[in-house]
Amino acid sequence: MPVPKAKLDALAARIAGLDLVRGGWAGTARAEALARLGAMGLPARRDEYWRYTDPADLIAPQAPRAATFAATDEPPVFDGIDRLRIVFVDGVFDPALSDDLTLAGVEIELLSKAGQIDIHWAREVYGVLEARGQAPVQRPLAALNTAFAAQGVLIRATGRAVRPVALIYLHRSETSDAILHHCIKVEAGAELTVLESGPAAARFNKVMEVDVAAGGRFHHIRAQGRDHGRRAATHLFARLGADSLLKSFTLTANGVLTRNEVVIELLGDDAVAHIAGAAVGDGAFHHDDTVFITHAGLRCESRQVFKKVLMNGAVGVFQGKILVKPGAQKTDGYQISQSLLLDGDSQFLAKPELEIYADDVKCSHGSTSGAIDEVALFYLRSRGVPEAAAKSLLVLAFLAETIAEIEDGTIAEDIRLRLQNWLERHGR
Amino acid sequence: MLEIKNLHVRLEAEDKPILRGVDLRVAAGTVHAIMGPNGSGKSTLSYVLAGRDGYAVTEGTAMLDGADLLAMEPEERAAAGLFLAFQYPVEIPGVGNMTFLRTAVNAQRKARGEAELSAGDFLKLVREKARTLKIDADMLKRPVNVGFSGGEKKRNEILQMAMLEPKMCILDETDSGLDVDAMKLVSEGVNALRDAGRAFLVITHYQRLLDHIRPDVVHIMADGRIVKTGGPDLALQVEKNGYADILAEAV
Repeated sequence: MPVPKAKLDALAARIAGLDLVRGGWAGTARAEALARLGAMGLPARRDEYWRYTDPADLIAPQAPRAATFAATDEPPVFDGIDRLRIVFVDGVFDPALSDDLTLAGVEIELLSKAGQIDIHWAREVYGVLEARGQAPVQRPLAALNTAFAAQGVLIRATGRAVRPVALIYLHRSETSDAILHHCIKVEAGAELTVLESGPAAARFNKVMEVDVAAGGRFHHIRAQGRDHGRRAATHLFARLGADSLLKSFTLTANGVLTRNEVVIELLGDDAVAHIAGAAVGDGAFHHDDTVFITHAGLRCESRQVFKKVLMNGAVGVFQGKILVKPGAQKTDGYQISQSLLLDGDSQFLAKPELEIYADDVKCSHGSTSGAIDEVALFYLRSRGVPEAAAKSLLVLAFLAETIAEIEDGTIAEDIRLRLQNWLERHGR
Repeated sequence: MLEIKNLHVRLEAEDKPILRGVDLRVAAGTVHAIMGPNGSGKSTLSYVLAGRDGYAVTEGTAMLDGADLLAMEPEERAAAGLFLAFQYPVEIPGVGNMTFLRTAVNAQRKARGEAELSAGDFLKLVREKARTLKIDADMLKRPVNVGFSGGEKKRNEILQMAMLEPKMCILDETDSGLDVDAMKLVSEGVNALRDAGRAFLVITHYQRLLDHIRPDVVHIMADGRIVKTGGPDLALQVEKNGYADILAEAV
């Protein structure tokens, strides 16, 4: 089917001002991505997976303006965690703000440098997982990212990293339009935690590709920043080998528009992938989780746990799919998406999907939308807990299942506190 | 302690009168029991006193130590010393029992202008009280009432009461769903709290709870009113002859 002209026109307008970085292995990968992109065009509202989220602001030639925001009421997220910091300001690496990029058991390089040479391990990852993730659902914003990302990090864990690697995204310009692309390889038996925090820019397009080899373990925790005006389209592509594990948690508090896509392939046997998200929005907030998990190996386990707390017209979207390929027997797939609507103005749109081609599998999905439990609220208040504190307690309890997916207790507590503070600030 | 005068209450949703002029005075240091057939308004009275939504007070007053209960939010009534042990304790997934207890204890202390309990002091206190009610560490850790048996839920109510040390305790059918052993345990918990500064209002269908928690005064409620008041022997009379005689006599 030919690509609609409007999609190609949108693409031409969007990339007119972007530079294609040439040379090296990355230059080749970028050219291939540009070809993929040309065959798709940019997403449009009529596309099956964009029906609930208008991509207009994400594909516009210019990033819509977004005021910067500096929180003075709480320390930056993950501040108390001993970590190696890699700082990007409006999508540009800042060596002065970053730590020395050396960490035992881990190799860290910048895409801008390592992409220019001829041979690199990242060649097997950069754009490769993204390209695999383009079928059966097209993800043009990810291909655009692969084609035009000039910056990002390449992280290879060969042992057990003693500290998390923290990617910190600062937003200083009201018109910044950042594109970052990270590749992560967790070698056999290695273990790595990557933290991401901050709004990054007025508009942020980010791709993270993660290749976890047999027995590797990868933990990912991110907090997307409190700026109200920011927009973001992010993709996490992951490929899991035998006996490997991936756990990813995302906190989204504020942000006028966020689309977080997660595409995971469980290729090896006995692999485990847990994806969780807690989103809290008040007013102009549109948050979309779009997840696609493919079970190809035997006895793999996947969990999707997404919860959203919405008020004053905030909108939450969840599109989650589990695909069990022929032969992926003993698959254990679980998916839950829930929203707590704190008033009648907010909206939650959910589309859970299961597609199963094996006969010995266990897959479940559930989606609910509800209000605060008035009986529980009265019970708490009758014990002396003031209404606002009681509501906050119940909302945190609703979100608790997502935070439970974070293995590190200190990080989990940091996230819990952020949510508690947010609820307090928003009168809940 | 508690003084209710001519209390009239309607159920908002159905615009249906439930209480039709309740008069009740409970003095400090006493235990009053309210008995009555189903639908007589016993549970409604307890909910209205605790401040649950959905009821409209159309006439009358309810005072706790001279303060107007009906003008207060539920949490203010709790801080003022009112406690309702629920007939059906509520399950709250995701909120740990300990977190709940500590939040409640400290919220009340704060409301009364007292210093909050430290984590250590709180833990010591809760362990001590839990032990006498045979509540184990696991029950304290679990989410509030989630997966608790009927007896465990009721013991958990009494633990909350013991921790919060209210002056006016209302027990709404605390005996429902309890076997004999559990009833004994719960009653012992209640009896341990009896003192000169505290009063109890025990709502029950059956006399058997009153064998364990001996009341000073027994009231019979019917059709939204207290129709008869007497001593402990009134409960025995109900047990023997049912309500019919008393109701016939009252009308």
